Amino acid sequence: MPLPTRDVVGILADNLRIRGSVLPIPARQATRWARDLDLPRGGETVLYTGLMYQLIPYIERLVAIEQLFGNSPLARLTGVGRRLNRLINGVAFVARPSASERAEYDRVPANVARLLQRAGVQFGYLYEDDLYAGALAHDLGADDVVASHARKVAALLRKHRVREVITIDPHTTNMLRSVYPTLIEDYDLRVRSYLEVLAERGLPFESPLAGKVVVHDPCVYARYENMIEPPRKLLAEAGLEVVEPQNSGLLTWCCGGPVEALYPAKAAALAAVRVAQLREVAPDCLTMCPICLVNLRKSADGMRFRDISEYLIEASAPPPETCPTGQPDPAPGLSGR
Amino acid sequence: MSALVVAQVTGKLRGLGPIDADECMNCGFCSAICPLGVDVLPRRLFRYAVFGMEQQVRAESEAIFSCLLCRACEQSCPAGVHITENVRLLRGWLLREGR
Repeated sequence: MPLPTRDVVGILADNLRIRGSVLPIPARQATRWARDLDLPRGGETVLYTGLMYQLIPYIERLVAIEQLFGNSPLARLTGVGRRLNRLINGVAFVARPSASERAEYDRVPANVARLLQRAGVQFGYLYEDDLYAGALAHDLGADDVVASHARKVAALLRKHRVREVITIDPHTTNMLRSVYPTLIEDYDLRVRSYLEVLAERGLPFESPLAGKVVVHDPCVYARYENMIEPPRKLLAEAGLEVVEPQNSGLLTWCCGGPVEALYPAKAAALAAVRVAQLREVAPDCLTMCPICLVNLRKSADGMRFRDISEYLIEASAPPPETCPTGQPDPAPGLSGR
Repeated sequence: MSALVVAQVTGKLRGLGPIDADECMNCGFCSAICPLGVDVLPRRLFRYAVFGMEQQVRAESEAIFSCLLCRACEQSCPAGVHITENVRLLRGWLLREGR
């Protein structure tokens, strides 16, 4: 039984209004991925994560709690929980992913930063001012809260004199590129996905990969942002054989993730359908969205799902050392070879 | 059930944003393609909204909040209805007006 929709959405909207994110986590944890990268603070062009990847382990902990809670009489107390959450950040108490769970998703923004460096892109990072863009609250219809938050994000970008942002996930890309201009006057930020930037500039693929991988297009990249070709171009240049599932590109099939916060069982059922479509063409699948990645992984049943940045970082790494046998190390990354 | 137009509710819904549900031709492509098989969206639901049938809209709140906003339906809509934006605005209305 799902929790009361209005209270769940209310908690997320309250968090965005009061604490700047639907799931407020300390800035120290949100920026941990960047600590060894020595990225300059701010700049005309910045890498903007929108925290989506960093939030995934926390979302998963909360969804697990929600599933337990939703099937008990305690579900009736969600409204009380909402009132308490206005006073105390409930996420800090109930969602505590392990270090390894956090590291799994922190690796993606770190990969993206290294990929941009390898491509010779000059960029900075906003650290604690790299805020969540508001995608989930926008999807759920909390427009007044989102409009206020968007103005706050835009003001921070102006304060840092940012002219261009490079995003790493489809939801943040869509919010900053297509939604914010409808909410904020004189908004003229240039917004591009790192995949678009890399496809345009080119990457030195010094350790090309081999093998076959099926691509899962996120709905938001494909149908909201018409961003379909750049990842395919990069993957082909990286040496991979990209195969298409039954539904791909503009006709891609949703992973189910967007309803996980309210209806986890529906999300799981839809993920199983999509995994079956993907499995028909290859055992290795790449995704470009943290929501897709985590939701498909839960129904993987032997399939392997990885973020596209993992493939690109391996293929653009300096050439591997030669083994004592005189043969180069086999390219990592694909199963079943 | 009569389809009495309740102008006040219709006006409130239109005040939320660019609802274009009345462009819907009722062809059913959207329902046929929906990954979740949500058959109430948008054909019947949008009729409720356009006619201002408030109680019927409220009764479909689970369908409204189950929508993935994936836009698979819009890809096939011959009338070019902005289905997901209409659904999103209905969510906002349900949240504000109470369920």
